[in-house]
Amino acid sequence: MNLVLDLDGLDALIRVLRDDGRVVVGPVLRDNAITLAELDSAADLPGGWGVEIGAGHYRVRKRDDAAVFGHSAGPQSWKRFLHPPRRVLMSSDGNEFRTAQDTAPDYAFLGVRACDLAAIAKLRQVVGGPAPFVIAAQCTEPGELCFCASMGCGPAAGPGYDVALTERIDSGGHRFLAAAGTVEGTRLLDRLPGRAATQEDITLAAQDVDAAAQRMGRAMPEVDLRDLLAANRDSAHWEAVAERCLTCGNCTMVCPTCFCVSVEDTTDLDGNAERSQRWASCFEIDFSYLHGGAVRTSGAARYRQWMTHKLGTWRDQFGTSGCVGCGRCIAWCPAGIDITEEAAALAETTQLGGE
Amino acid sequence: MPSPKTTTAAVWKFTSCDGCQLTLLDCEDELLPLTEHIRFAHFLEVTSVSEPGPYDISIVEGSVTTPEEAERIRWIREQSGVLVVVGACATSGGIQALRNFADVEEFRSIVYARPDHIATLATSTPISAHVTVDYELRGCPISKTQLLELLTALLAGREPDLPDTSVCTECKRRGLTCVLVADGTPCLGPVTHAGCGALCPAVNRGCYGCFGPMNRPNVPALVPLLRRGGMGDDQLHLVFRTFNAAAEWS
Ligand code: SF4
Ligand code: SF4
Ligand code: SF4
Ligand code: SF4
Repeated sequence: MNLVLDLDGLDALIRVLRDDGRVVVGPVLRDNAITLAELDSAADLPGGWGVEIGAGHYRVRKRDDAAVFGHSAGPQSWKRFLHPPRRVLMSSDGNEFRTAQDTAPDYAFLGVRACDLAAIAKLRQVVGGPAPFVIAAQCTEPGELCFCASMGCGPAAGPGYDVALTERIDSGGHRFLAAAGTVEGTRLLDRLPGRAATQEDITLAAQDVDAAAQRMGRAMPEVDLRDLLAANRDSAHWEAVAERCLTCGNCTMVCPTCFCVSVEDTTDLDGNAERSQRWASCFEIDFSYLHGGAVRTSGAARYRQWMTHKLGTWRDQFGTSGCVGCGRCIAWCPAGIDITEEAAALAETTQLGGE
Repeated sequence: MPSPKTTTAAVWKFTSCDGCQLTLLDCEDELLPLTEHIRFAHFLEVTSVSEPGPYDISIVEGSVTTPEEAERIRWIREQSGVLVVVGACATSGGIQALRNFADVEEFRSIVYARPDHIATLATSTPISAHVTVDYELRGCPISKTQLLELLTALLAGREPDLPDTSVCTECKRRGLTCVLVADGTPCLGPVTHAGCGALCPAVNRGCYGCFGPMNRPNVPALVPLLRRGGMGDDQLHLVFRTFNAAAEWS
């Protein structure tokens, strides 16, 4: 079933989800970025704000219209909620051990783009946990750094959403075509004030998303990326990247699929102990600490690990790519290192497919 | 490590401002519980009572800048089970290590009425240049959280959790928006040792490196980004030559 909602309808959608006891998380304008936070109403959405984005560069800007989903991936991803930066695993008061209870609320994610929808699936494949309720936002305006089309993850939202919204602002007004993807999604739409979608609404929305596929700011080279990385273990190119790489770990932290954690034990003065996990990064030297020392100490080895896992060995491990083409690692790398450019540089000097 | 109640600690001051020792007093809520586990046998900022060694834990603040200090740190090492050095002074020589790049004789003759009364070394050096150090806490000043982590670890007989990676990792876990990328504010987070919990980016400022270099920083890669953020030669010089002037930035 398809419904057309106006801004009041979107507000009702948030209200109904909240009434059902869900914590609704979506985009908000905060600290000069469009980040993710709990929403009370549609007024919290970043209406009229867009972004100007480049390698190592991100600025919010005023849009000419009042679009609420008119921005590409920001500094946060849904990973923060599904796989929090720090999580207690178990604790002890000195007498017995207790496994930590999962206290994650019943989330509804609003405004999930196709790339991020794919990322949620890849992340949950690794870390598990309950499925969030997902209201996707179809991408009609890809950003400078987007390449979801190359990765087969967008711009049309794939399966996994409960409701998908396509935003449109024209002489017909500011509206959202809402399409249900699950039974739960249909039930939600049944409770919202809106008009039934016409064939024209549906055609226009489909055209907008199709057109977006032609406007991706970035693309991966059209080769088998897993083979490309496997063939380049000893490439001299890693040293060239390492000259620019800060090894700060920002790329892995912003990546919506990077799942690595390190486990730490802490104790307090009252005899309590806690075992917790926190986000780790393959750029940390301690990350590869084995008996006697770290095995990946050079920047070249650490960058190679990151890119090889994202585009290559993730497939051996999980049967899929670890990259969805959201562009976050390019924007939030202070040095602006671009995974698509590095892949293209490797592809240029590599013969694949032959014996 | 002996059983908790009998653990003795001594707090020693070398050339420094006392700010790091003060962090121990700043522990407030945890301070009294701490004294139930640790007996402070020597801590002049708190009490003039000083018990003789040996000590299970010695906490050393400050750098070595006089011949007398160079002697004293050897004696403290001999008297101490675990030697912990705290703060930018003790771990890298501190601000006073600026003398390492200048002529101390000249300072002495200009600044003091009776230069012959002044016994000073030509350099300010970290404690590790003189004796073996067991643990280092970075920062100007150190972080209270890290200090408590270290002390509780020593009491429990476990390894303390003191990552040597970038401030960015803490900044991102905290969910902050990068001021370097989103505002163009120069930030030393990508080359600076973690431990503060990304204090400065949390108040929309760039990190100025008070925790000193992380493990294997790539400073040459950061410099052009700092310049792009508006830093000139003078400011670049200043930012790398303040708290941890003599540290190995590259
Ligand atoms: S590797 Fe980069 S572009 Fe790919 S999913 Fe991660 S952050 Fe997005
Ligand atoms: S790229 Fe690095 S941080 Fe990300 S999942 Fe792989 S090993 Fe972990
Ligand atoms: S604000 Fe500074 S510390 Fe935080 S991620 Fe950006 S560069 Fe790193
Ligand atoms: S952010 Fe940088 S300057 Fe600020 S307290 Fe931390 S290490 Fe020091």
